[in-house]
Amino acid sequence: MTPPPPLPEDTAADAGEDAAGNVPGNAPGNAAESAFEAIGLTRSYRLDGVSVDALRGVSLRIGRGEFVAIVGPSGSGKSTLMHLLGCLDRPTNGVLRVGGVDVSTLDDIRLAELRNQTIGFVFQSFHLLARTPALDNVALPLVYRGVARAERRARARAALEAVGLGHRLDHRPSQMSGGEQQRVAIARALVGDPQVVLADEPTGNLDTRNGADVMALLERLNADNGVAVVLVTHEPEVAGRARRQIHVRDGRIELDTGVVAGGGRAGGSGEDG
Amino acid sequence: MRTAEALRMAVEALRVNRLRSGLTMFGVIIGVLSVVILVAIGTGAKDAVEREIAGLGSNIILVVPGQVTLGAAPTQSRLDLSDVAYVRRVVGDPSRVTVAVNSGEPVRVGRNEVFATLTGTDENVPGVFDRPLRRGRYLSETDVDTRRRVAVLGSEVAAKLFGDVDPIGRQVTVAGVRFRVVGLYETVGATFGVARDQEVHIPVTTAQRLIGMNRINAVAVSASGPDEIEPLRRRVLAALAERYPGERFSAVTQTQLLGTVGTVLGMLTGVLAAIAAISLLVGGVGVSNIMLVGVRERTKEIGLRKALGARGRDVLVQFLIEAVLLTTIGGLAGIVLGVGGALLIQAVSPVPAAITWWSIVLAFGVSAGVGVFFGVAPARRAARLDPVVALRTE
Repeated sequence: MTPPPPLPEDTAADAGEDAAGNVPGNAPGNAAESAFEAIGLTRSYRLDGVSVDALRGVSLRIGRGEFVAIVGPSGSGKSTLMHLLGCLDRPTNGVLRVGGVDVSTLDDIRLAELRNQTIGFVFQSFHLLARTPALDNVALPLVYRGVARAERRARARAALEAVGLGHRLDHRPSQMSGGEQQRVAIARALVGDPQVVLADEPTGNLDTRNGADVMALLERLNADNGVAVVLVTHEPEVAGRARRQIHVRDGRIELDTGVVAGGGRAGGSGEDG
Repeated sequence: MRTAEALRMAVEALRVNRLRSGLTMFGVIIGVLSVVILVAIGTGAKDAVEREIAGLGSNIILVVPGQVTLGAAPTQSRLDLSDVAYVRRVVGDPSRVTVAVNSGEPVRVGRNEVFATLTGTDENVPGVFDRPLRRGRYLSETDVDTRRRVAVLGSEVAAKLFGDVDPIGRQVTVAGVRFRVVGLYETVGATFGVARDQEVHIPVTTAQRLIGMNRINAVAVSASGPDEIEPLRRRVLAALAERYPGERFSAVTQTQLLGTVGTVLGMLTGVLAAIAAISLLVGGVGVSNIMLVGVRERTKEIGLRKALGARGRDVLVQFLIEAVLLTTIGGLAGIVLGVGGALLIQAVSPVPAAITWWSIVLAFGVSAGVGVFFGVAPARRAARLDPVVALRTE
């Protein structure tokens, strides 16, 4: 089932075929370097028999180590894009490669494994298990990786220490502030050593100071660990801290500032690229 | 995910919702408890009856005219005392053969009157039946030959008529005729609702005159050993068939009675168990229901777990283990309470109860099975949840 690593020629060919769409810059040879590579992604839902196009052809490339904000008004399709990138959902059409792997070749089980090993999630409402101590919350992704308990706890402890919560290991979410809870969630996103952290409105439920702390933490992780960070937000202030902004409207990419990419190399460019 | 991990999660989930888990288990507990107790009572009843039959005496063959089925009225007898003598010759040992003429009659002493089973019999009762005496003597050959008006009382008859007074040598009036009490039997209990302690034994000849018939109701033969029962039964039947060609006689052995009674009571136990199983089923529906509520409540959690890499199977296993844990813990509690209840019933009530290992194994197995069966639907629903939808749920 494991697809062969995509060859540079394939990538070039794929991109070429899709020339009519939002073509990213043809950059042969960098497919394996991309955290995400999307070509002509669409996603339609059927709601009460009516087809709704949430995404109408999105192409982009996000390199490893980038710090990207996906910005757009509510209903723009940015959450749908986020879910596709996070492999929580499958595109209706188009090609999506995550870490060089075409997700359409993966069954649900492999997709779950890909999520588990490649992607860390941070949600607006934290999504921590309410009655479970911070340490076990953080260790949860490792449970599904089959990591032994002792090692799980050790790694979870390290992750919590990395986000400055080494003193809160046994606290339950209800005993912590919103900012602390979001830091626990970030520790959980990091514990599995992902290539990418996907953060959906990570500061949406936080006050300004805690929001700033969380952003600072994400920036530090990006800078120190080389983890790519993709965050979805509608707050211009938050988006402004990202080096690259992708503006989504009506299911299409309206603007991609991704000329300069993190990790010292060019990422995919948008229409303006 | 490892099974140990799933187990840990399930325990945690049940612990978090202690009250709800407890109430859900309660349904299963009641189901298992009733299975264990009702089966114990059914089995106890069966054991008790079988003990009674065995207590009649050893290796008895009861010969009666006509065809005998349990519960059917006896056919008109054509046997008389000469046939008893004939059977004695066939058997070879006269002391192994005795006779019965039965009639329900009032028995009176002064103002005390009881209704007793009057049984006309002979001196061979102790040679055939297990009927120990408490006081006095058995009927004698002379009693039978000379039609004496003497009686041996069952313990209950004696107690009702005489109270604490020793009845030996006193008079009782049976159907208007006076008898002298010569013996008193030990208490032996009832067999098939035949209260043997309510019997009054008088010489068979006296009984025939009293009742006004010269037939007898049954001939009882005792075989010398268990292996002798069947050959002896055949021999007696063949001899009677030879003497009365074309007529039917039945010879019922204890083994046959045990078999018949065992079947009937086994069915009774089965019916009781089935009724109890219905309550277990209802408990299972309760588990299913509460698990469905749990899945709905924890939709967000399921979405999160899936986002973090849980496969559908992991979620399925987690919820299935929760359901099975609910029913097996409930089942264990039900077994403990059921065994306790059965022992209590045994101790404080006349109802016999015998705990059988199979009912315990069955109850546990069924409760675990109920967990799997009723847990699958909710667990599958959980496993199939779309993570995007699940995460969005508030």
